[in-house]
Amino acid sequence: MRSIVFLVSSFVFAGFAGCNNETSKTLPILGSREPVTKVVDGKTITDTLYHSIPDFELLNQDSVLITNQAFENGVYIANFFFTHCPSICPTMQRNLLKVYEKYKGDERVKFLSHSIDFRHDSPAVLKSYAEKLGVTNDQWQFVTGSKAAVYNLADSYMVYTKEDSNIPGGYDHSGYLLLIDSNRHIRGAYDGTNDAQTALLLDELAILLKEYE
Amino acid sequence: MTRNTSLYAGVALLLIYMLFQACQSEQAIRTAQYTVNGQKLFTAHCQNCHGAKGEGLGKLYPSLTDSTFLIGHRKQLPCIVKNGGVEMPPNPQLTPIEVAYVLTYIGNSFGNEMGIFTLEEVQEALTTCD
Repeated sequence: MRSIVFLVSSFVFAGFAGCNNETSKTLPILGSREPVTKVVDGKTITDTLYHSIPDFELLNQDSVLITNQAFENGVYIANFFFTHCPSICPTMQRNLLKVYEKYKGDERVKFLSHSIDFRHDSPAVLKSYAEKLGVTNDQWQFVTGSKAAVYNLADSYMVYTKEDSNIPGGYDHSGYLLLIDSNRHIRGAYDGTNDAQTALLLDELAILLKEYE
Repeated sequence: MTRNTSLYAGVALLLIYMLFQACQSEQAIRTAQYTVNGQKLFTAHCQNCHGAKGEGLGKLYPSLTDSTFLIGHRKQLPCIVKNGGVEMPPNPQLTPIEVAYVLTYIGNSFGNEMGIFTLEEVQEALTTCD
């Protein structure tokens, strides 16, 4: 009898936990955070200031300056690469292309690839790369900028980038895909060279989009 | 007498058959060995661009699933692997036997059925590179 009660209660608990899990899963906000106190209507309240992507202005594959405003009406996935990268980039871009193809035409989702090869990857080079990759609309932007602009931005996306002549291709960087929400907060970081991590990105992108429904 | 003759003939035929089978399976074993060795080299040197399934990437990197192309360019393949192509980087560090391994892997994966690339075949082909 006791075991039956235990069994039933564990089923109830499992059912409850299962439902709970499904409805309330939200993605964390990644990065540093700090408390800020401010006075609203005479009351002192403490709020949390989350890490966010700063303003940026970069040249895209059509030689048009684009800013963070181009991405504020939805979520986007950012990464750092260069066109003649012989190591991790092809795998990373192949995986990101899967996400792009799934959300092609869905304007809630955009893509932003930053070139870290400021010497070679001109807008014309980026344009040719995008076309060959199979990107046919402006949902996926490829951008270049000064070394300082791009590398500092990489820091705020928490991506390691470094010019290193000892590395094949001349640049060292990590292959993370960053999921950014409309408040410029980083909501997920996924290893773009790993199939399982790319699958996780697809799952969590769907979870993030639910916040906007 | 005739009975003995046919017995000898039978045994001789059986021996020839067994020898043939042994050669066949030796070739199959060697192909399998080359394929396994080639897979490791493929993962290290080719997979990033050409993909784990040889699927390529858009028009940036060609797929390795076009059997007609591969068969038609069989003699050029060792040179392409070693010296690179129009946009493909060269792999000067690969030895002829390693080129044979990786080509045997590619040539018998992704739907291709090209058989073994022997060391001799690769060495011969490498003398004709531009």
